[in-house]
Amino acid sequence: MSSVDMYLLSGVAVFAVCAYALVVHAHLVRKVIAINMMGSGVFVLLTAIARRGESIDPVPHAMVLTGIVVAVSATAFALAVVRKLHETTGSAYLPEEGEDAPPNSGGER
Amino acid sequence: MTGAFSSINWMLAPVLVPLAAATATFLLMGLRGRTRRMAQNAIGLAAAVGIAVSALALWAMVSGGGPVRYELGGWEAPLGINLYADGLSVFMLLTTAVVGAAGSVYTLGYFSGREGEDVRRREYFQDETGSFWPLWMFLWASMNGMFLAADAFNLYVTLEILGLSAAALIALGGTRMAFSAGMRYLMVSLLGSLAHLLGVALLYGSFGALDLATLGESASPIPPVWAALALISLGMALKTGLFPLHFWMPSAYTGAPSAASAMLAGLVGKASFYLLLRVWFDVFEGSVPPGAGQIFGVLGAVAIVWGAVMAMKQTRLKTLLAYSSVSQMGYLFLVFALVAGASPERGFEAWAGGIYLVLSHACAKAAMFMAAGVVIYSVGHDEIPRLHGIAQKLPLAVASFAVAGMTMMGLPTSGGFTAKWLLFSASLGTGQWWFGVVILLGGVLAAVYLLRFLNPALIQVRTAKVYRDAPRSMTVAAFGLSLFSLFLGLASAPMLDLLAVGGPFGGGS
Repeated sequence: MSSVDMYLLSGVAVFAVCAYALVVHAHLVRKVIAINMMGSGVFVLLTAIARRGESIDPVPHAMVLTGIVVAVSATAFALAVVRKLHETTGSAYLPEEGEDAPPNSGGER
Repeated sequence: MTGAFSSINWMLAPVLVPLAAATATFLLMGLRGRTRRMAQNAIGLAAAVGIAVSALALWAMVSGGGPVRYELGGWEAPLGINLYADGLSVFMLLTTAVVGAAGSVYTLGYFSGREGEDVRRREYFQDETGSFWPLWMFLWASMNGMFLAADAFNLYVTLEILGLSAAALIALGGTRMAFSAGMRYLMVSLLGSLAHLLGVALLYGSFGALDLATLGESASPIPPVWAALALISLGMALKTGLFPLHFWMPSAYTGAPSAASAMLAGLVGKASFYLLLRVWFDVFEGSVPPGAGQIFGVLGAVAIVWGAVMAMKQTRLKTLLAYSSVSQMGYLFLVFALVAGASPERGFEAWAGGIYLVLSHACAKAAMFMAAGVVIYSVGHDEIPRLHGIAQKLPLAVASFAVAGMTMMGLPTSGGFTAKWLLFSASLGTGQWWFGVVILLGGVLAAVYLLRFLNPALIQVRTAKVYRDAPRSMTVAAFGLSLFSLFLGLASAPMLDLLAVGGPFGGGS
């Protein structure tokens, strides 16, 4: 197995492990980190794809650069929402399904 | 050369106009109060007009001269960014133009900032920071960009802008519920687009191409392609809200301000469905493994029934509408089962039926959420048991709800009738009558859950208290859009002709 194959496989592995982490962890900061690293897994894969041929392919590099910009904005926005949620509810966890829509909120009359 | 020049302008306008408007309205956030609101409203409405004009111009161009391709800055693929418009792209542009224009008018009244009596309401009809317009314009630009994108990576970028601006719109209310709904949608949206990105990476690794047309030529049924297809399908099914991945929809559509709910339920889910159609029928037409479409079809059929049954149990108008969306999204996914192995005519019928439902459901569901927003504005809540006889006080809102409901039920002259008729006929034509049964059953169930609100709203004598009248721009936008959805069934011929331009299945008959 060449080193490029190693990177190809580890990119996919990072993606898979972090997708699992996103589902099982309830703490929102952990979820945000998991999403961020899922992106990194794809970037590793793309960089390895660029290295496969004799000459280095610039297109995946352009994709990774764009992807990093997107990942930075998405992570920043997600963290901002987590902080806001923490300010309003005092908790860094999402409420359970249905709990955030109380069936009878008569107090709002 | 002049022909090429004019085509360039019309191709760029649907993306550039809302992007420019988003930037301008964003900069105007520095102004205060009434001045800012007037300036942002003027820019937003001008952008809506500009998008509508450019979509109509593209309609004329594409139906006259076939699909159009434009290379940004003259750079060719793979390094350059290409725009591509065929019948499906223009159809989707027209859909967002119509629903978006109505939504923009609705917003004028929704965020008018007028204060009635001092009552605590479910929604705050104030946009203190002026952030609605920039977010909505970014959302619109991302959708139009997706419909015109010619390569798989640009689809990813537009998908991310779409998800981020939609999540921000959901959280705009600033309440506990709005933040948690926005956060949940953000997670779902990022997961969906990352799955798409991994799929794109696998495709690039296999074929060294990103351009959708090039990928379509080189795609072959090999394992990496199946993995890519599975990842993209999973991601988009999540973002469109296919059962059982619909869990985020009720909180997102309920937690958002109604002006945003209308656009989210009407348009945002449809954008990811568009991506799915592109990938399945333009890129992988020959390499989809047999039986894959059946998985979507069965899940769609379950969604139709499950969403409708859940909608019947809801006590809030907006959650009822959200579950109705779960049900209606199910119809869209029947397309994948009906097309598999069908003759070109039947295949086109099913494909066009699904896309026609995108348009009619976008108009109808947006109108219904707008009507729910009018109810909340006037009454202060949307709890169905406390809305007895509301039709006497808010006739236009209830009328919009009822008229748009015709599309949900699939009654004649509504766009929903045409769409569901096409799907029904394709299900019989391909010998899959059980999907036809579900299509009919879904219409009956829709009537049941809609009457759960309409019946007490129309008949009861003891009426709910109305605090203030909604601005006319809200009621007129809702009613206009619902009427539009009702008469869509009569205008189906030119729309189907448009879809046939550059469409799969050799354009049908």
